[in-house]
Amino acid sequence: MTAVKDSRRRAKEVEEPCVDRRGESEATSSVLSSCRDTQSSVLSEVWNALAEVPDPEIPMISVVDLGIIRRVEWDDTHLRVEVMPTFVACPALDIIRETIRERLAGFAPTVEVVTTFAEPWTTERITPEGRRKLRASGFAPPIPGEEMVLPVAPACPYCGSHHTALENPFGPTLCRAIYYCHDCRQPFEQFKTV
Amino acid sequence: MMSPEFEVRGARMKTGTPRTPNPEPRTALAELLLTLADDEFVLGFWDSEWTGIAPMLEEDVAFSSLAQDEIGHARVLYEILAELTHDTADHIAYGRQPEEYRHARLLDHSRTDWAFSIARRFLYDTADATRLTVLANSSYAPLAGIVGKIRREETYHRMHMEAWVKRLAEAGGEAHQRLSVALETLWPDALTIFTPFDGEEELLNAGILPEPLMAIQQRWLGEIASFLQPLGLPFPFREAGGGRYTPTFPITMDSGRIRHSDDFRWLWNEFTMVYRAEPGAEW
Repeated sequence: MTAVKDSRRRAKEVEEPCVDRRGESEATSSVLSSCRDTQSSVLSEVWNALAEVPDPEIPMISVVDLGIIRRVEWDDTHLRVEVMPTFVACPALDIIRETIRERLAGFAPTVEVVTTFAEPWTTERITPEGRRKLRASGFAPPIPGEEMVLPVAPACPYCGSHHTALENPFGPTLCRAIYYCHDCRQPFEQFKTV
Repeated sequence: MMSPEFEVRGARMKTGTPRTPNPEPRTALAELLLTLADDEFVLGFWDSEWTGIAPMLEEDVAFSSLAQDEIGHARVLYEILAELTHDTADHIAYGRQPEEYRHARLLDHSRTDWAFSIARRFLYDTADATRLTVLANSSYAPLAGIVGKIRREETYHRMHMEAWVKRLAEAGGEAHQRLSVALETLWPDALTIFTPFDGEEELLNAGILPEPLMAIQQRWLGEIASFLQPLGLPFPFREAGGGRYTPTFPITMDSGRIRHSDDFRWLWNEFTMVYRAEPGAEW
């Protein structure tokens, strides 16, 4: 009898996993849907774990700081995480997905990390904390806003001067341009606004 | 004409279900995806031909990044196509014969000289920008989704090419002359980016392709006329009134994406070499 009840409950859970939509830009009233209290608390732990998964190129910043986690779905049997690539051809993506899968392995018997293009990742998704960490790592954070232009004289992440100039719109990775600071005489990398 | 059943399927696709079992629109959709993917893929490999030998270090980096972007875009488009046709992205990308590729004739030329590569990329990037603006509204959710992302990245490609076209044109002399010759040579082939294809009507009716290709072509011409003309660069079209442009040269669009050149066969030989030596190899 209990076994039957259990299997019914499991069937129901499989049908309706607890879904956390906090990373979806169109998410409005309810960030969590069909979640019991216990599930919600597990999801908080999942997010805390994700906040420890570093970007492989700039390890100081996490995948949560970057805003690349779009949706997390969890039930007792399965955990599914949607990741939004920063750039379509980003070669770090497979490593990021694998690292997330390894970090979350204890949360469910199966962990699935999928790539989604349901909405574009934009640089507006980088958190204020993420921007601070970028600057602290010597990168100029992306210019806020939606307009995709290369700034004329962005602030140098080392000395703050605006006496800077574009060296190359293309840099060591797809997401960065190279600038030069004429005050502290340092080249630096500026994140492109996308 | 489209069957009512297809309209229903078209509507269902709008909700994001990437399944299109009806063979007819699936064939047309597959053809559209293949043209988009092959354009990006082949251009990416031509870009990579500058790696190590571009006229300056900055452009060595730039063209390598452009190549990486384009091949990455092609990969996702091949993956969407593979889902439809029960194939694999690698097999579609590397497992075909040269005549089975569907890129536009503009991409059949080798990189040639720097002005030629800039002219070709300028024509492609501006045409592609207009095409992507339209496709971002496609009723086929997987396509609209990836186009929304690709567009943002391509903006930086187009800006870079516009800067180079301006730089070479304003330099005058040999730079202006080489750029003009390249544009004259490439104009007829650039138009083939918008080669109409069988099944276009079905895609239009389903909203998968929100506007006819020839209409997108006209919009593109209108957009770049005002950029090229002040620079004294070739824009060989007559304005026929109502914002319509007709070319002053004979055009042959029919085989625009079918017949391929020896230059392309050489490139194909390069980029399929590993796959042919070791079929099914994984990176």
